[in-house]
Amino acid sequence: MAADGWSWFPVLAAGVSLFKCLFISSYRSTDFEVHRNWLAITHSLPVSRWYHENSSEWTLDYPPLFAWFEFGLSHVARHFDGDMLLLHKQNYASPPTVLFQRLSVIVTDGVFILATRECCRCVQTQKASQKAVLSQPPFILAVLLLWNFGLFIVDHIHFQYNGFLFGFLLLSVAKHLQAQHLQGALLFAVLLNLKHIYLYVAPAYGVYLLRSYCFTESSTDGGIRWRSFSLLRLLALGSVVMAVCGLSFGPFIVMGQLPQVLSRLFPFKRGLCHAYWAPNAWALYNALDKVLATVGVRLKLLKEAELPQASMTGGLVQEFQHSVLPSVSPSVTLVCTLLSILPALASIWRRPRGARGFLRCLLLCALGSFMFGWHVHEKAILIAILPLSILAVESREDAGIFLLLSTTGHYSLFPLLFTPTELPIKVCLMLMFSLFSFCALRKLHSGDGSLLHPLEVAYLLGLGMVALFSEVLFPLSPWKQRLPFLPLLATSVYCSVGVSYSFLRLYATLLRSDSKPKQH
Amino acid sequence: MQTWSLISICVLLGVVVRWGVSLNSYSGAGKPPMFGDYEAQRHWQEVTYNLPIREWYFNSTNNDLAYWGLDYPPLTAYHSWLCAYIANIINPEWVKLHKSRGYESPEHKLFMRTTVLVADLLLFIPAVVLYCLYLTDGSSKKKVSVLLCILLYPGIILIDYGHFQYNGVSLGLALWGILGLGLGWDALGSIAFSLALNYKQMELYHALPFFCYLLGKCFKAGLMGHGFFLFVRIAAAVVVTFALCWLPFLSDPVQALQVVRRIFPVARGLFEDKVANTWCSLNVLIKIRTLMSSDAQLYLSLVFTLLAVLPSSIRVLTRPTFWHFKLALVNSSLGFFLFSYQVHEKSILLAFYISVAAMVGLSITSVTLDPPSHLPDLFPVLVSTTAYLLFLGTIIHFNILQFSGPPSKKSQKKSN
Repeated sequence: MAADGWSWFPVLAAGVSLFKCLFISSYRSTDFEVHRNWLAITHSLPVSRWYHENSSEWTLDYPPLFAWFEFGLSHVARHFDGDMLLLHKQNYASPPTVLFQRLSVIVTDGVFILATRECCRCVQTQKASQKAVLSQPPFILAVLLLWNFGLFIVDHIHFQYNGFLFGFLLLSVAKHLQAQHLQGALLFAVLLNLKHIYLYVAPAYGVYLLRSYCFTESSTDGGIRWRSFSLLRLLALGSVVMAVCGLSFGPFIVMGQLPQVLSRLFPFKRGLCHAYWAPNAWALYNALDKVLATVGVRLKLLKEAELPQASMTGGLVQEFQHSVLPSVSPSVTLVCTLLSILPALASIWRRPRGARGFLRCLLLCALGSFMFGWHVHEKAILIAILPLSILAVESREDAGIFLLLSTTGHYSLFPLLFTPTELPIKVCLMLMFSLFSFCALRKLHSGDGSLLHPLEVAYLLGLGMVALFSEVLFPLSPWKQRLPFLPLLATSVYCSVGVSYSFLRLYATLLRSDSKPKQH
Repeated sequence: MQTWSLISICVLLGVVVRWGVSLNSYSGAGKPPMFGDYEAQRHWQEVTYNLPIREWYFNSTNNDLAYWGLDYPPLTAYHSWLCAYIANIINPEWVKLHKSRGYESPEHKLFMRTTVLVADLLLFIPAVVLYCLYLTDGSSKKKVSVLLCILLYPGIILIDYGHFQYNGVSLGLALWGILGLGLGWDALGSIAFSLALNYKQMELYHALPFFCYLLGKCFKAGLMGHGFFLFVRIAAAVVVTFALCWLPFLSDPVQALQVVRRIFPVARGLFEDKVANTWCSLNVLIKIRTLMSSDAQLYLSLVFTLLAVLPSSIRVLTRPTFWHFKLALVNSSLGFFLFSYQVHEKSILLAFYISVAAMVGLSITSVTLDPPSHLPDLFPVLVSTTAYLLFLGTIIHFNILQFSGPPSKKSQKKSN
């Protein structure tokens, strides 16, 4: 891969960074105050009080490495506005504070830019001399990752540090694609200790590394060769992971605070669904429950007074009780999640397909836990969309799945930005990203037929209808007062169909390649 | 990738960047009693909506001209009226006579910013797209690059969406005029440019090249035949457009005169504030503002402006090709900016050509360092004089270019 042909990468990276600076004054969610509070906690309190502090409702609920990250940031924050580091200053948002926090997200996105570069290196260029830069897989992948719509609005408008975290994930994936497994494992261990939501994809790592790294050879039919087990490699992996976890949790174990930390990291008191239902299987389950309840009341099978008051899509995080269908508890969701990802893990164990098979398994673990997890946030769909971009620029079928999943997943993020001022931003950016991904991927995989089945195209056009209804028609209609949750309901149910479908299709691609081992 | 998708992406990017800038503060935000350009536009909506047309440009108890009186031609007033009509439907508080002075709210800001965006989407952006598609030479990649550069030009974005103005309307109309002329539709182009002139008198910067180019074209086509009809058609189009715009004010000569007096304020001095033109820079060495009487200053600037723009205008008159026309536009607007009377720094939007390096360096120093105490204006003056020298160099360069002829055609002839 010619290094001189990469001059477009700094331009893309610098361009997107400057673009992000334009939105420093835009809408911020409560996550802004959450992170400001964590800056204050880590700066003003000794380490022993970090996970006990609860004078504010936004308690520290990320693993210790992230707390140390906030601690480091707080030392820079001192030069912008020392007042933001005071614990009692709730909802403090002076202009220097906003500037500092926004800039910290933009600067830490440097990790993501680095990771994108590594991923682009892993993707093959097609006959470099013949095609223009704009049609090359590395370029398309760089745009799909750097200018990703979902990541942009979640990080730079809604406010979070996902770019920083996804940088670690993608860097780890890139290292595995480049066959540097120890580095990949190290990066993933660091990531787990930064945000524990990535436990969703840890099974994929575990199975893959055990099968493909610890067993150094496979037998001729792709099956396992037990005698090629390398204890040295297992020990190396284990020590890397243990060292990172030790560095992170060590101080708290020494202080005897491990149970407290764990209770902060895994709060199961919250409801099955977030205030706005993530477009997963439980959204469909809830919708079915609501429909059955309404039908039951109409057909006089149920008494309306017996039904619990349903306000799942209110603005707050609440417990929800189902009226007709059985209620779902956290353990049920755990079992469902495990059942959904078990076939993928088994497939990778039985017949490993190299790093790309691992990536596919990672995607399925991410999607499976999105579909069946407890209190899933719709932002989690990004864990599936971003790595899928890598597969999309290489395979035709994956490109089709990517187009469907990314458009649906990105649209499901629309309710995150509900202010009228942000409406042009999200609509234009969504159109930009979708237009680019459709045209670029279609040109890249220009073969026989289109990337999408006509039904899928119809579904995506329907998405446009839902958007029109939710953003334009509904706010101007008389139903706004009586049924305020209707747009959210429509969005999450419609998107869950698309996400479920993509999940099943991805599974099909994995299992299909499982049954044809020699052709890979 | 296909051209249409690249163009759509560029346009969408241009819109998002504009909206991103508009999220920030506007001119005069939270600064009573006068506020800034944002309040001026809102006030014009208030005046035009509540008062009859004959009172718009006159001083009265209902219309205090000292508080942001209307000083743009009638088309701006009509546009303000239209915006006020919509504003009144959404929230009458925004345009209530007298009571809405200094009205500021997030919803109102959203409304005002939306009016700028709508005007841009209807006028400026389509003109830029069509210009790049049909009047730019080169491959489609080059056309898209030109489109991207023009759409992302920070000057117009910062002034229109940050500071708050409607330059997109007048520049868009002027661009439609250029488009018309480039495609050979002279009458329609003239109508568009006349509308631009009737929106902002600043478009006079471009008027001389339009006039000379069209006149030259008529001469070339022969005054005794085709050229004469062309002349009549263009003249009729321009006169009718002006008449339609000024219709309510033509019934009474006092009205028309008052409008002219408001549009061209000759009572103010040669320049205000720090601006990168000759007079401000000269003032650093020789205090001409105090040395000369205001009438003398007026004549001085008139003479020098004409001297600056005459060469390129005459050139376009004698060689009325589109290439010469484009260069004449640059030269004329630069000439006006550098030498004319009461220039505001925003006028340089019309010249489209600023050298970044020196300005960036100066800007950084002016932000990070404090000036010495006996020279408090040091940094603004340095910025404006450096910019002035750059513009002077630019107008000299473009004049030389215009007089040496189009390069590509010459080399083609030689190789053939």
